[in-house]
Amino acid sequence: MTGISPRRIGAMVLRYLYVLRSSWPRLLELAYWPTMQMIIWGFITEFLYTNSSWVAQAFGVLLSAVILWDVLFRGQLGFSLSFLEEMWARNLGNLFVSPLRPIEHILAMMTMSLIRTVIGVAPAALLAIPLYHYSIFDLGLPLLAFFVNLLLMGWAVGLMVTGLVLRYGMGAENLAWFAIFALAPVSAVYYPVSALPEWLQWVALALPSAHVFEGMRSVLVDHVFRSDLLTTAVLLNLFYIAIGAIIYLRFFDLARRRGLLLQVGE
Amino acid sequence: MKRFDGVTAVDAVSFGVSAGSTVALLGGNGAGKTTTISMLLGLLLPSSGSVRVLGEDMLRHRYRVLPRMNFSSPYVDLPHRLTVRQNLTVYAHLYGVPHWRDRIAELAERLAIAPLMRRSFGSLSAGQKTRVALAKALLNRPEVLLLDEPTASLDPDTADWVRRYLAEYRDETGAAILLASHNMAEVERLCDEVLMMKQGRIVDRGSPRELIARYGRQNLEEVFLDIARDRNGPFGREAAQ
Repeated sequence: MTGISPRRIGAMVLRYLYVLRSSWPRLLELAYWPTMQMIIWGFITEFLYTNSSWVAQAFGVLLSAVILWDVLFRGQLGFSLSFLEEMWARNLGNLFVSPLRPIEHILAMMTMSLIRTVIGVAPAALLAIPLYHYSIFDLGLPLLAFFVNLLLMGWAVGLMVTGLVLRYGMGAENLAWFAIFALAPVSAVYYPVSALPEWLQWVALALPSAHVFEGMRSVLVDHVFRSDLLTTAVLLNLFYIAIGAIIYLRFFDLARRRGLLLQVGE
Repeated sequence: MKRFDGVTAVDAVSFGVSAGSTVALLGGNGAGKTTTISMLLGLLLPSSGSVRVLGEDMLRHRYRVLPRMNFSSPYVDLPHRLTVRQNLTVYAHLYGVPHWRDRIAELAERLAIAPLMRRSFGSLSAGQKTRVALAKALLNRPEVLLLDEPTASLDPDTADWVRRYLAEYRDETGAAILLASHNMAEVERLCDEVLMMKQGRIVDRGSPRELIARYGRQNLEEVFLDIARDRNGPFGREAAQ
């Protein structure tokens, strides 16, 4: 019983899937906001297409940005929600006296984040095809690179958020909903990094998301895949995941020292 | 020993529980019972001292021992949205239970929860939840079973039923059971040894019969009150010595 157990990770994924499939409103909610965002930004894009030379260069630049932003947001939320569900259920005490290791729990939350993100974002991406005659899948393989990097960044933020929730209890719960939005202005989602004041550009360049969105625009506008941006995004993600994991494990250890694992809950 | 922000919650607590025996931690609120159980489970790290379970150091090799022990408490819950069967399935996989379907069916039969298997855990009564939590705690046939107030909020009939089942399980498997309880009748009936806790310390210990005789009382509840209220000296012992 010394190594990481796929069976235990599978058990936790099964636990979250049971919850997900038990409630169709939950499933609907996953896809609802990404779809609404896509519809609104689709109309804005159609309007700007005839009124903006920049958007006219690449019709899908805003729609792709909206959909990919949701990958980041849903990736982080999907990770954090799995953890919050344990707190709401007052189940952490049972979980952490079982042989489940924190790293296995983290891997299960990452798996669920992937599942929730695909369920949430895929309908919006597919609906854009008949509605606006735009398919984000035309990006090809770079789309996979963007998706993976944004998901990784979502997990890094998710690890930090859940670590803080472990430490500060349900008072920090709302971080799961708004933490990622603090990064939106400097992620260069809808505008290039160069549109930011110079000092903020440095902040943006320290985030994987800014490199992903710059890379996306490069593919859509210049039809060039920038491997340098991808490499930087990957390296930054590895750095932030390591930081997130350290924060999570440190706060988990602190929770064991302070007896917080039995106290957390509603 | 465990300290929280300079306050000592548990101090100089030392005891063992042998296979096939049931030991009770008795004490008022804040006596240190739950803190002691949490340290035994590794949910809480002691400030100093050591915890050994099944011969292993819990601070260093917790994951070697956890598959062989289990726990139930009214202060933790199972996910309310999941059905009873789903909850037990998830925990059977977490504990690596072999032939898990058979084991769940066996426990469902023995704990009379078979008719509840398709119901969501949140829809159950307190008594039904306790039986399901007990099924979860017995899934892996634990050699060490830790129970925090196993019959809290149960009606007398259900509580009696749970006590009988626990005694059967211990006798059949030779498991060691440690329970924290406020229920003196329960402790008298189930336990071989009682550890009386007060202000984070074990202030007296012995079999229920020994303690009752030592304090010259009729039952364990009176002994408990003597100790809790310091009736016979600092820890209620003077009258007996």
